[in-house]
Amino acid sequence: MMHFPIKRRVAVVGAGMTLYRRRLQETTKEMVFHAVKMALDSAGLTIKDVDAVVGGSAPDLFDGIHMKGENVITEAGGALKPYLRNFTGGTTGVSQQINAWSIVASGLADVCISVSWEKMSPCHPHPQYAFWTIFDRIIERPLGVNLVWIFALEMNRYMHKHNIKKEDIALVAVKNKANALDHPCAQLPAKITVEDVLNSPVMCWPVQRLDISPPSDGASAVIFASEDVAKKITDTPVWVIGVGRCEDTTYWMNRDLYFPYYAYYAGQQAYSMAHIHNPRKEIDVFEIYDPFDYKELHHMEGLRLCGKGEAPKLTREGVTQRDGDMPVNPSGGLMGVGNPIAAGGGMKVCEIFWQLRKEAGKRQVKKDATVGLAHAWGELMQGSSVLIMKV
Amino acid sequence: MSVKISKYPGVGLKEEDIKGKKVLTTVWPCNLKYSWSAGVAVGRFLTELKNGKIIGRVCKKCGRILIPPRMYCEWCWKPTDEWVYVKDTGTINTYAITHLATDGVTRLKEPMPIAVIQLDVPAKLPRFFAGFLHYLGEVKPEDVKFGMKVKAVWKPPEERIGSITDIKYFKPV
Amino acid sequence: MSLDKISNPEAIKHWTDVIPPEYVYTVGVAGERFFREIKENGRIMGTKCSKCGYIYLPPRIYCEKCFDYIDEWVDVGLKGRVYAYTVTYLDVDGSPLDKPIIFAVIKFDGVYGGLIHRLGEVEPEKVCIGMVVEAVFKDKAERKGSINDIKYFKPSD
Repeated sequence: MMHFPIKRRVAVVGAGMTLYRRRLQETTKEMVFHAVKMALDSAGLTIKDVDAVVGGSAPDLFDGIHMKGENVITEAGGALKPYLRNFTGGTTGVSQQINAWSIVASGLADVCISVSWEKMSPCHPHPQYAFWTIFDRIIERPLGVNLVWIFALEMNRYMHKHNIKKEDIALVAVKNKANALDHPCAQLPAKITVEDVLNSPVMCWPVQRLDISPPSDGASAVIFASEDVAKKITDTPVWVIGVGRCEDTTYWMNRDLYFPYYAYYAGQQAYSMAHIHNPRKEIDVFEIYDPFDYKELHHMEGLRLCGKGEAPKLTREGVTQRDGDMPVNPSGGLMGVGNPIAAGGGMKVCEIFWQLRKEAGKRQVKKDATVGLAHAWGELMQGSSVLIMKV
Repeated sequence: MSVKISKYPGVGLKEEDIKGKKVLTTVWPCNLKYSWSAGVAVGRFLTELKNGKIIGRVCKKCGRILIPPRMYCEWCWKPTDEWVYVKDTGTINTYAITHLATDGVTRLKEPMPIAVIQLDVPAKLPRFFAGFLHYLGEVKPEDVKFGMKVKAVWKPPEERIGSITDIKYFKPV
Repeated sequence: MSLDKISNPEAIKHWTDVIPPEYVYTVGVAGERFFREIKENGRIMGTKCSKCGYIYLPPRIYCEKCFDYIDEWVDVGLKGRVYAYTVTYLDVDGSPLDKPIIFAVIKFDGVYGGLIHRLGEVEPEKVCIGMVVEAVFKDKAERKGSINDIKYFKPSD
């Protein structure tokens, strides 16, 4: 058991985001300003109130802006302040919140903005071509790999191990895209059926077009404040009560892909810190990383929300719907809202913040949610970050 | 979205807006070229592929045979101990059928099966196996099965260059 | 540690490859107006914050001091001053240039920021800091909505 001698309680006090779209006209800088400004306004703060800034964005190769962390410092409100960029692949959007939380929890800052962004549209012919460079350059890339390969290999292994049908997995895409109909920033909200997913073009079997989230442009921002400051800013601070992070080996071809141990250990850390023993009973609302529909199920099992191979059954029974007992991705997730990598994770943190503050409008989950969990997954499909919040 | 916020910023564009020059754009052909050292372990691995052999590194402490080889054992946090040749046979740990080319948009004429090959090595350990990613050949996509026994099909010696593609593919046996 | 000694340099393997993507950037909301003004009207425009009065060049849709949106556009004129300059004798690949190029940061009076551009119609030894320079545009038909629609800045009164 780990012990956490944390100095100060930290709360999330504001959030903001842009529209998520396949292509935004805004430059990276303009997107970041929009998100930060909205987060500040929502908390009634000005940039002068901010002591430190964390920026989060995934590979520089997406938008071809080298050192893209420094590229947006001014727009992030970080000029002449402590500024740190997090780049931990797909986990960035949640990992960076852990950075921001730790900066405030340690007493280094009272107020810290954490802004996430991704602009994938500049990369041609397709942003996937940038992803391609994450493969081993000597023993994998010469095979002509494309990004979907590893996910198709993982999905197939997961399906094989538990005898899961494609129909069961497609239900996640149906649910999340429908949830996104109520999200005003969503890129691909849709009312679709399981048949639509199964009839969509095959990318890399078993992954089909509608099993995948889209590439996107977008930015989101969250503000963290220390306890004394947070209480002055708002009557409803949303407290960070648990954080967790874990990475498995980069040698993905040497491990069995059917179970995400990285998610398991990241979850265990966060549960331990939050004194949560039974996450399914003690956490009310979940935003789980879903760049592919099967990943929501895979991660639910990794995060111990059900036994191995049991997530499809819960989905089928409607447990993970907004009005269900364990709502997962009420925002619409990456499948519906869009997947501007770091900002995808950032959106999930915003959603938990809004859900716990009962500000989610039509997306508000039915149960009285007081504890929520945001999760992101990334690197070479090997890492997870977890943030647990409570009102 | 929060009910307290009424408008979200952003100007969405379509591909035609960019191709049709409705908005101004600027183009950067990235075109970066690299030469990477293969390193000690993978360098030897490639050299042996040219010889038609698969080589791994042994850690005597945990008993693993590491493929792809590394000069250190990341479990025992110590240097690995010796080289060992292994058989070019294995089983399919997982597979997929790709319909897309490397660029992620071009569709292949013939869908191609790919797999993680779990190599036949003497040491069997939980949560680890020796293996790598490769193509499957001489098999129809619909006939590929989990656990299928496969064997490497090599290029002729004069065509090998010391690359993972010196193995043409793995075929069922 | 038993890292093998390299006795045969030919055994050192290298793997060469390229990073293939190409990038197409939109110039953004502020950039769209800025470059269209250059292309269509031969004007250099900045944006002004109504609160603090700062004028930004290149223009932005926000004031970094007040951290708020701005949307007032102002013509900053075509004349500025050389704030700093350098003379480059090599191209991006490091090959010698036929004729050296002078690059300068050009500041406009009362404006925050400035433009980086080439200087023309002047020899390097004649350039000095504080020198007044003026934008020389390409013919309108040749302009594409790019910073290169300005050919260079030349000495002016």
